[in-house]
Amino acid sequence: MTTINIDGSDYEVAAGENLLKAALSHHQDLPYFCWHPSLGSVGACRQCAVVQYQNPEDTRGRLVMACMTPVVDGMRVSVKAPNAVGFRAGVIEWLMENHPHDCPVCEEGGECHLQDMTVMTGHTSRRYRGQKRTFENQYLGPFLNHEMNRCITCYRCVRYYRDYAGGTDLQALGSRDRMYFGRFEDGVLDNIFAGNLVEVCPTGVFTDKPFSRTYTRKWDLQSAPSVCQGCSAGCNIFASERYGKLKRVHNRYHKDINGYFLCDRGRFGSSFVNSDLRLRQAGVRIEADLFQQVSIEAATQHLRDLADSGDVVGIGSPRASLEDNFALMSLVGEANFSCGMNDVEAAMMDQIFDLYAKTPDAVATITALERADVTLVFGDDPMNAAPRVALAIRQAARNVHFDMAVQAGVPTWQDAGVRGHAQHALSPLYIATPLPTGLDDVARQTSHAAPADLAVLGLQIADQIASPPSDDAEGFVANIARDLLAAQHPTCVCGTASAEPAVMQAFAAIITALIKAGRKPQMLCTSAEVNSFGVRRFAGLSLQGALDRMQQGSNAMVLQNDLYRREIPAMVSAALAGAGRVLVLDSFETATANAADIVLPVTTYAEHTGTVVNCEGRAQRAYQVFEAEGQDIQPAWRWLSDFEHIDDVLHACAALPAFEGLEAVSPEAGYRTATNSRVPRATHRFSGRTAATAHVSVHEPKTSVDTDTPFSFSMEGENTGQAGALIPYVWSPGWNSNQSLFKFQQEVGGSLTGGEPGVRLGFAPSKSSADGSASSRTKPATGEVNLIPHPQTFGSDELSSLVGAIVERCAPPTLWLNPDDARALGLSSRDGATWPDAKTTYLVQLSDQVTPGNALASVGVGTGQSVLPRDAVTLIKDSAFTPPPDLIARG
Amino acid sequence: MQSEFIMILPVLLGAMLGAAALVWWERRLLAFWQDRLGPNRLGPFGSLQIIADVVKLLTKDDWVPPFADRVVFTLAPLAIVAGMLMGFAVVPYGPGLHIIDLNVGLLFFLAMTSLAVYGVLLSGLASNNKYALLGGLRSAAQMVTYEVFMGLSLMGIVIQTGSFNLNDIVQAQEDMWFVVPQIVGFVIFLIAGIAETHRLPFDLPEAEHELTAGFHTEYSGMKFGLIMVGEYLAVILTSAIIVTLFFGGWLGPDFLPPIVWFSLKTAFFICFFILLRAALPRPRYDQLMSLGWKILLPLTLLNILITGAVLLAMEG
Amino acid sequence: MLSQLRTIWTILKHTFSRNETVQYPEEMPYLAPRYRGRIILTRDPDGEERCVACNLCAVACPVDCIALQKTETDGGRWYPEFFRINFSRCIMCGMCEEACPTYAIQLTPDFELCEYDRPNMVYEKEHLLIDGPGKYPDYSFWHVAGKAITGKDKGTAENEKPPVQVRSLLP
Repeated sequence: MTTINIDGSDYEVAAGENLLKAALSHHQDLPYFCWHPSLGSVGACRQCAVVQYQNPEDTRGRLVMACMTPVVDGMRVSVKAPNAVGFRAGVIEWLMENHPHDCPVCEEGGECHLQDMTVMTGHTSRRYRGQKRTFENQYLGPFLNHEMNRCITCYRCVRYYRDYAGGTDLQALGSRDRMYFGRFEDGVLDNIFAGNLVEVCPTGVFTDKPFSRTYTRKWDLQSAPSVCQGCSAGCNIFASERYGKLKRVHNRYHKDINGYFLCDRGRFGSSFVNSDLRLRQAGVRIEADLFQQVSIEAATQHLRDLADSGDVVGIGSPRASLEDNFALMSLVGEANFSCGMNDVEAAMMDQIFDLYAKTPDAVATITALERADVTLVFGDDPMNAAPRVALAIRQAARNVHFDMAVQAGVPTWQDAGVRGHAQHALSPLYIATPLPTGLDDVARQTSHAAPADLAVLGLQIADQIASPPSDDAEGFVANIARDLLAAQHPTCVCGTASAEPAVMQAFAAIITALIKAGRKPQMLCTSAEVNSFGVRRFAGLSLQGALDRMQQGSNAMVLQNDLYRREIPAMVSAALAGAGRVLVLDSFETATANAADIVLPVTTYAEHTGTVVNCEGRAQRAYQVFEAEGQDIQPAWRWLSDFEHIDDVLHACAALPAFEGLEAVSPEAGYRTATNSRVPRATHRFSGRTAATAHVSVHEPKTSVDTDTPFSFSMEGENTGQAGALIPYVWSPGWNSNQSLFKFQQEVGGSLTGGEPGVRLGFAPSKSSADGSASSRTKPATGEVNLIPHPQTFGSDELSSLVGAIVERCAPPTLWLNPDDARALGLSSRDGATWPDAKTTYLVQLSDQVTPGNALASVGVGTGQSVLPRDAVTLIKDSAFTPPPDLIARG
Repeated sequence: MQSEFIMILPVLLGAMLGAAALVWWERRLLAFWQDRLGPNRLGPFGSLQIIADVVKLLTKDDWVPPFADRVVFTLAPLAIVAGMLMGFAVVPYGPGLHIIDLNVGLLFFLAMTSLAVYGVLLSGLASNNKYALLGGLRSAAQMVTYEVFMGLSLMGIVIQTGSFNLNDIVQAQEDMWFVVPQIVGFVIFLIAGIAETHRLPFDLPEAEHELTAGFHTEYSGMKFGLIMVGEYLAVILTSAIIVTLFFGGWLGPDFLPPIVWFSLKTAFFICFFILLRAALPRPRYDQLMSLGWKILLPLTLLNILITGAVLLAMEG
Repeated sequence: MLSQLRTIWTILKHTFSRNETVQYPEEMPYLAPRYRGRIILTRDPDGEERCVACNLCAVACPVDCIALQKTETDGGRWYPEFFRINFSRCIMCGMCEEACPTYAIQLTPDFELCEYDRPNMVYEKEHLLIDGPGKYPDYSFWHVAGKAITGKDKGTAENEKPPVQVRSLLP
């Protein structure tokens, strides 16, 4: 630790840190623009000027940029010195010279870092009378608005987009005061992390387009800490509501998971809550195509009758919370409960559980992946399965920069210096996936092959680790083995998306080999859905087993699960047709719900409190944001059980051995802050309370009392000093923007003051004996291919696909073929191809990276149905197919 | 005797109508002194305001608090009004115009006004409300204090006339109103009269700044109306007695009948009461008490002493 | 004692001074244009809605009686999808008018807002919006703002340079 003196007070700060970060870590109000905790310092904006004094006698001092000044023991600086204050005011005045008179029509207004800094420095009126510079804007796709007039040239956007997220199509263009931050021409921003520009940009150049459409100021939003439902990463989000609609999602900092950034699927896909397909009334089928609305009481009676019928299977869901799944399991009994994943995925989850249980210390957190010096991405593309994990892996590729900087005596936060010194050096990143990934640009070597072949490759890597290759051995396998063995933090990432248990088997072999070799590997396995790692902890039937029983006439209760997305559609239809009575609890009108006899509407993650478990085994609570519209909607656990409070369900669930320690997931409903108050969901500036519902009734409704959580449905309470899991939004006096986060952190980029949200659960070996041997795939005959599912970032995920902006961003259903196979099948690029029971025609794309004899089909996009690995499929050319215009330039 | 019973009805009617008119007249006068108009909408110059007020009071919820002593709570306002009305019995309105020519008329008047105190006290007690109780207590203490020298201040007149009979007292002023020789007695009686009727500025039992509405906090509807009527009756009665005792009663030049003289004089004092209300601030409670005991009581005694001494000297 | 008497005398003299009362329903008082009465939404000189749904009035409102929702025309103009003022809560403080950056919301000298039913005190946009510019006949926010809308491209607002030619190579 180093002691520095700021304005007469001594502070203990971390050695080697820059002065700005040190000052902010002590919650000083020091203005800045271009610095960002994740992007380092470049000293571009000159806003964080402070006065540094030579020695105790020095009274004049000299101006330095805090972000570019390393802390030195005993250094004396002043934030409040008149010349520093004056300099900062001058800088703001220059920046504001060209800033448009836009605040009332700017989405950033009210949570704008530029506004905050302008007020903080005391600039009030524009003295300069010259004309304002203007720019033309660009179309940047369905997620982002572009308003270049507002730019203050801090360079944060390109530094984030290019340097951090690895995008290529956003650049700093032009020169002098013509600096332009945009693309060469209008078009969709290609990077799937582009949405973070909304939060990175200190003013309103990049704003959230879907949010803007039904815009609400930050002070009017009712928010709660939530967890993204887009994948198994479990990124923390602030979900915000107004007038009964989920308005937007912002990043909620979690040191070990998402840090400062989200992916676009999470940010823009979380508003599926507002879908037109929402179910709002309970219904009972009276005719083939006709449901009759029934009351809650009648619907509950139907549910009870079904539960008491003695022969009922319950199908849970990896997209439902632990509490909901637990309630269903308790109702139907463990022997009749299926976790709702298809058998291949379930088998792979079991393999992951076995692996995690065997090597618990090796399970990495997502941000720990950023510290890896050698990384192996194995089996599937995290850019599609769990995008935030991919962003962490991308950072790992830069680690060598910091090593080089340390050797050269350059502080690691000196961004330009570090990059300038390291040039194009990259830490070893190896990628072995079926198709090229979005990380290939920073990979040292890649290998793309069909999953079965990848499994073989993985076993070879494991062998090589066990018997290390000679130093001069060449080749992909030898390089990986050598680098992994030499690494401090050898890191391997896998996932279930390949739908090939042999891949996971091979992955396990690599980890085991590394441990046997005395290394300390880190690993992380991802899956597609938010609660896969939670619901798989419930033992019970396989999905196949459940469907079989349904086909034989059992009754069924299906919880938030569209079975057509899990299994072969024909099989699901047969099961639904053969079943006795089928009761579906879901938030949306799904194909399964449409085939049910009884449909009960349930709340979504934003309308109830629920616990989910992410791929690191971390249980986290997503708190209710607002009350669902519709009298009959209630959380599934309320439909299914007699528990009174969500905490009771959680306690009952925590009593199961697989959920030991679950109670600690977050503070319970009785939690109160130090001043014995609740935490408010609404800001203290929340407006319109006496008018918002006045058109319905002039008598303002009584504020609901939340008996399930420590939050209030109002502005009453205290949003400070609470547990880290209970931060509904960040705000601090003078800091209206999301930059106020540092006031909630112990140190910038460190833990939250109230501790990290969530609790990591242990893993137990699975009871099933998963068969992980490479499946015996035969090379298909001419004219046939083996079909391999290939999930997409946008469109494969069920929930986010309900959002218009995500649909706009989806690629059309696509089939990737090897050019040789295509020639043999008479198909060429941008043709349409289909197979006998496919629901749609797929756009053919040729890639020599596809292993001959295989075809990769995008999952879910445009069909809403499962694609399962299948051997020997005959492809048919659809001559009537016209390829859609290629809107999205793909790298 | 017959004629005297006939008087009951006009006196009762006159007193009640006078009180009713006062409701309007006080508000008008106060408004004038405050550069306003006051009630001017209903009837000529707003004179029918009282009808609106009565209709309003009658149609209000006549609420008795569940925690109150029901019987006493209901009877207390009646006691106030009844006491005051009884006082009117001994007032001589003109030569021979009176209900009863009591030879202890003055004492009867003092006794009846004292009775009204019970009404106030009981209403405060029966309300079972801390403000009402405080109001009642203040009222009792105030009455006890001022009752003493209210009576004593009149002793000068009794000494001079040698009679308690109000008619005799009026007759005795043929040459000179008693206000001249008994100026001290008059001032003291005036002050004590205001305090006795707990009119502003001595309305401490109902001081709204401290006690909400004092003893009648819990009263509403016509019960509240009765308390107000009681207060206005007290104003009229006190004015009438002042006129009778100090300003020659119905005596006056012949161009007007005696009853008119009496009415005019009484009206003048009623207006004077209202002027005091418009002009003077309310004293603190302890100031009121020390004024009574430490200044007015000795002055009264001195007045009796001097009156007696002068009379003795004149006789001697 | 003397001061008490002087007070009584002073008050008595008021019997003869003129009263200040204005006989309201028969005799309408003069109210200045800046009087804070019924709230209206105005239009800019071009006849378009001035309100840009910035929500500043709503947040400035001490009794929280203004609620609105932003939406946008195809041309890029922001405007309120609904704009509701609950006059049964309004205290006519004028904070909304002061907060309004576009002069859209204005208070008028009309104060006669009585209704027998409270629901009638809830005014929607169609009740609030008038056809004129109110107290500020010349101001048009969109001619000052930097955001482009139909009919006003980049660089054509007041005091703006034409858009930068990013591809220019001139120094």
